[in-house]
Amino acid sequence: MEFFNSSIFLLDSTVRLTVPLLLACLAGLYSERAGIFDIGLEGKMLAGAFGAATVAALTGSALYGLMAGMGVSIALSLIHGIASITFRGNQIISGVAINFLAAGLTTLLGQTWFRQGGRTPQLSGDARFNGIELPFAKELADVPIIGGLYSELLSGHNILVYLAFATVPLTYYVLFHTRFGLRLRACGENPKAVDTAGINVNFMRYKAVIITGVLCGIAGAYLATAQSAGFGNNMTAGKGFIALAALIFAKWMPIKAMFATLLFGFLDALQIRLQGVELPFIGEVPVQFIQALPYVLTVILLAGFIGKAVGPKAGGIPYVKER
Amino acid sequence: MSVRKPLPRWADLILIPFLNLTLAFLISGLVVLLIGENPLEAVQILLYGAFGYGEGLGYTLHFATNFVFAGLAFSIASHAGQFNIGAEGQAYIAGLGAILVALALDQTHWLIVMPLAMLAAGALGGFWGFVPGYLAAKRGSHVVITTIMFNFIAAAIMVYLLNNVLKEPSNMAPESASVVNAGKMPQLREFWDYFGYAPVNVMMFVAIAALIFTYILLWRTEFGYKIRTLGKNSNAAHYAGISNSAIVMISMTIAGAMAGMIALNEVLGVQNRLVLDFVFGYGFVGIAVGLMGRNHPIGIALAAILFGALYQGGQELAFMMPAVTREMILVIQALVILFTGAMEGLFRGPLETIFGMIELSKGSSNSSPSSPVGTQKKNATASVSKEN
Repeated sequence: MEFFNSSIFLLDSTVRLTVPLLLACLAGLYSERAGIFDIGLEGKMLAGAFGAATVAALTGSALYGLMAGMGVSIALSLIHGIASITFRGNQIISGVAINFLAAGLTTLLGQTWFRQGGRTPQLSGDARFNGIELPFAKELADVPIIGGLYSELLSGHNILVYLAFATVPLTYYVLFHTRFGLRLRACGENPKAVDTAGINVNFMRYKAVIITGVLCGIAGAYLATAQSAGFGNNMTAGKGFIALAALIFAKWMPIKAMFATLLFGFLDALQIRLQGVELPFIGEVPVQFIQALPYVLTVILLAGFIGKAVGPKAGGIPYVKER
Repeated sequence: MSVRKPLPRWADLILIPFLNLTLAFLISGLVVLLIGENPLEAVQILLYGAFGYGEGLGYTLHFATNFVFAGLAFSIASHAGQFNIGAEGQAYIAGLGAILVALALDQTHWLIVMPLAMLAAGALGGFWGFVPGYLAAKRGSHVVITTIMFNFIAAAIMVYLLNNVLKEPSNMAPESASVVNAGKMPQLREFWDYFGYAPVNVMMFVAIAALIFTYILLWRTEFGYKIRTLGKNSNAAHYAGISNSAIVMISMTIAGAMAGMIALNEVLGVQNRLVLDFVFGYGFVGIAVGLMGRNHPIGIALAAILFGALYQGGQELAFMMPAVTREMILVIQALVILFTGAMEGLFRGPLETIFGMIELSKGSSNSSPSSPVGTQKKNATASVSKEN
């Protein structure tokens, strides 16, 4: 029973750690499916977290914070869009710039506004997204197995967790069962065909990067106003890149993206759980190896040693209309 | 739109970078204004801090040394058409080679330690560049993603090694033993006390040599010609009988080895021991340096000095104007990358039009300029076909 409880605990923290990865991964999915590479997920998430924490601290409302986080993240998305869609610049370079911009500006402005070494004030009460008790969670808690699963694993998360997982089927539906999704995917595979059909490729791509901005903003808000109680320097700590790795791992598919981020979230939870723990026979597990595992797996996958990950064909190439 | 022409060479090489850089600095000035400080005063402090006195200049040159290596690591790969953003990890891993050699040979002479440490650091850094190069060339992996992943893998390996293998039992902090004798790079201040306490050391001369080496390699050898051909047009290179995969792997290895030199400058030049995160983002600055320097050694040298000055002057600025923290440098760096790299086309269109108009007004006195008429015709047919 103790093993069961601790594994539920592990899975619970897996879910919590997966959420920002999942949102960022889906964010990248929209952008890359439309043909815009985005290595600036990290920066957008960080800026979103800062925006959300700042506005939540000032207004005392997590919801306003969420909106601000999305706004900031969309603004960065638009910079990426202007650079890589309108000016046909290099999408990788633009993404690198956005990561630096977010890392620099958040700390700089945080220090100027709050004078706490770049941190934002501690949030409490309504300024954070608090857990939601699902119906009958308390009553069912004592039922063996199902009770634990329901009341610990499924219930008690904040709204953004449910939102993140709801985004997965939504994304699947939008991308594969709507006209918008077909056009978006076509922009990433064969933009000329989209253009021939009389649809504005660049406008479609702008729509995609804006969705990316929205989702990164939610991911950031989750980090700053749900998972933690405020913004800390560089609090994304590479999550944007893990999300990118997950996106490749998922071969740019929404449902697979959920499983990939769950896997990486689980590795993260495991790594935290195993810190300083002596296991029988193995001794102390070097947590760095578990930390590096998502990256190693992605490299191996990309190299085609386990399956093959091929991205959208027109990814990274600015669309030039024939003159 | 109709009179666009490719820009003259001087405008492409000097005017456009200048305009982009000016815009980046103007926006940086606005950021300074936004946090309630005087940008002009900030520039003054920054310039004095970077060049105004010996120690400041020494630090500027020390940072510039790092940035030359990082810039070359980006640019050499870039010439081969590869986007190497792994200089950070390549330098980090290389630190291992540098410190192991230096610790083993600490009782000899720096003239023995230095070349061997360079070799070891270059080999490890080079290996960390070679693997992404190999995966890109032979397995079709995207080099950007692989190098990003390799940065994180390098960080994990180094954290593990520092905590579990290299750490002295008596020491609490995750760092290696210190070099005390020959393992230290000779500091320029030992010969000329003008530099105060600045850690600028012999690696500066290695950086200069690396710039010259790169110039000769890329523009004066057959191999360099192959690299540049591949970068310009991989099909043409393939058709000319060049082995694209070999060139990619070798150029990524050289790039990694260049990044590895940062390890000597930092580990054996400043810290005298291996510490966590000693690369400190210098590898990423290389992207900005390479882009700004137009992937040419002279440009890289200038851009490296500019960034060296920003880093050193920025520290001075953070000290004198506490509101302007170190992160201001990150913001400037981001804006420079954005405007000289990603939005490079911002001024190109308007400038092409302006230059085209100048050309046109010159040419119209000489009777019939043929090109505008041709483009007009093309435009007309284009619009017709669109209506259909």
